[in-house]
Amino acid sequence: MRDTFVRTLIEEAKKNRNIELITGDLGFGVLKPYFEELPNQFTNAGIAEQNMTGVAAGMALCGKTVFTYSIGNFPTLRTLEQIRNDCAYQKANVKIVCVGGGFVYGSLGMSHQATEDIAVMRALPGVTVVCPGDLVEAAEATKAIINIPGTVYMRLGRGGEKRIHESISDFKIGKAVKVKSASENTEKKVAVFSTGAILDEASEASKILEEQGIGTEQYSFHTVKPIDKDVIVSCAEKFDAIVTVEEHNISGGFSSAVSEVLGEYGKSVKLIRAGICDEYSSAVGNQQYLRNKYGLTAEQIASKVKSVL
Amino acid sequence: MTSEQLAWKIRRHGVEMTHLSGGSHIGAILSVADIIAVLYSGVMNVSPETAESPERDRFILSKGHAGAAVYAALAENGFFDVGELVTHYQNGSRLSGHVSHYVPGVDLSTGSLGHGLSVGAGMAYAGLKDNKSYNVYVVLGDGECDEGSVWEAAMFASHYGLSNLTAIVDYNKMQSMDFCEKTISLGTLAAKWEAFGWNTVEINGNNHGELKKAFSKRFDNSKPKVIIANTVKGFGIKFMENDILWHYRFPHDGWEYDLAVSELHKSKPDGVEDIYTPNGVGEPVVPENADIYNDHTTSATWKPTWRENSEGGKE
Repeated sequence: MRDTFVRTLIEEAKKNRNIELITGDLGFGVLKPYFEELPNQFTNAGIAEQNMTGVAAGMALCGKTVFTYSIGNFPTLRTLEQIRNDCAYQKANVKIVCVGGGFVYGSLGMSHQATEDIAVMRALPGVTVVCPGDLVEAAEATKAIINIPGTVYMRLGRGGEKRIHESISDFKIGKAVKVKSASENTEKKVAVFSTGAILDEASEASKILEEQGIGTEQYSFHTVKPIDKDVIVSCAEKFDAIVTVEEHNISGGFSSAVSEVLGEYGKSVKLIRAGICDEYSSAVGNQQYLRNKYGLTAEQIASKVKSVL
Repeated sequence: MTSEQLAWKIRRHGVEMTHLSGGSHIGAILSVADIIAVLYSGVMNVSPETAESPERDRFILSKGHAGAAVYAALAENGFFDVGELVTHYQNGSRLSGHVSHYVPGVDLSTGSLGHGLSVGAGMAYAGLKDNKSYNVYVVLGDGECDEGSVWEAAMFASHYGLSNLTAIVDYNKMQSMDFCEKTISLGTLAAKWEAFGWNTVEINGNNHGELKKAFSKRFDNSKPKVIIANTVKGFGIKFMENDILWHYRFPHDGWEYDLAVSELHKSKPDGVEDIYTPNGVGEPVVPENADIYNDHTTSATWKPTWRENSEGGKE
């Protein structure tokens, strides 16, 4: 996913010379194609995320569209006030890119697990929050956020993600992508919503549920803010339950965003939330291991849904 | 165990741990091994028996990515079983890539740079307030000194006269993508610390004699002490030295692992056993197309031209 982002950004930055990429001294190997092709639109700010973000704001306020790049929590939580005061409040065209959303860097330890970023970034007024689910969404989102005025947060996975969509013809920030429809004539029906690179598990879970006789409609919410209210409201009317899947704390993140809409529109549908249940992961292991530990594999999501229905 | 013996063991464990796990940062582990070995060989008042004692010295590896070096030093000092080291990075292990306080003997989890000196200052401050005699040691990376928070802590520590605080900068001149000088220049590093009100000692940080002297050096004032430890990234394994590739790459099966081990065996101190390859690995053959002794820095191929074309800022 990170390579897809870099490839897409190179194409866009060749067309738009106002695009700049600043890294906080991360992206060894990954950013090489970019800085070799576009040496004048690249900067390494060193291991200094607060300054990187402030510099990005300054450049943006002088007409540039600036992508900041780092991993885990470093481009977000580490420099939160610079994002709030210097970027978001000023409506600066800064596009904050995080590689390693969720448990991607599981073995590196808790410091490198980005599991509250969606909630925190979503709380900032005027900040668009984008979490592409696969390579196609990552490419589309990269292109789209260049044209979204103001500050945007884009949370990526890492490398080696599966391609879920063939293509998306009408990609739009704020519009969820339908992955599959529910089959007719089942007694129970659910809608599965996911955000970010856990789309692979959500897709598998949807298939498992369908095989077990539960009609399952599935959407990928590549945008958490602004959230696609239409899809949420119409699914609430049609289905017995809504299932949210996120590689993130359940407090304040994607499931909270969905539940806000349900409450606001007075929908009393059952909400089943798959996510990290308000704890830090002190466990060590790879992404798959940690997903399993926190109940986020396809099988675990499916059985959680069945146990509640 | 002498500090030289411990340093060798840290290097040998580091090679094995990153080799088995596919883990990063062997260059940093090799760079910092001597500093950690000297600290854990008599400088610091720590032991498994007193691991919870309020009077013990405190240690923070603020450059948490070299965690394997600390885990190795703790295991070799009896804080936990040496056999556990090979679980580094593995599913269900305690030994995360960055230092974890769930491991016996570790005072602070680190991994996000620029945190350790502030916390170390807090520990030292509390110690002075409570009239305790413990010392606090914080190892920082040179690249880590890019972080503004390091300098906030530096000012705090000198302002409050934290003479029980020692910072050690593992000054190997490299960070994650390039040399520091080509990333964000640190300028005259020792002078910066001095200007921030610290007692400054500059030494060869891979030399145990110089390290011991620097740790025992006393100043007749109430300032904190910083040791600018000039080190070599990848020290002890020639083909890794000063090559940024080894910030992330792990010694792969084949010549990379074999050459790393055989180089270490050439410098093995007497009386040390290698628990992984007791007899070494023989003389490895490096294939002709091996990616060795090449320049992997960003600046090798990043060649911006904007300055030549820029009219801005000219008189």
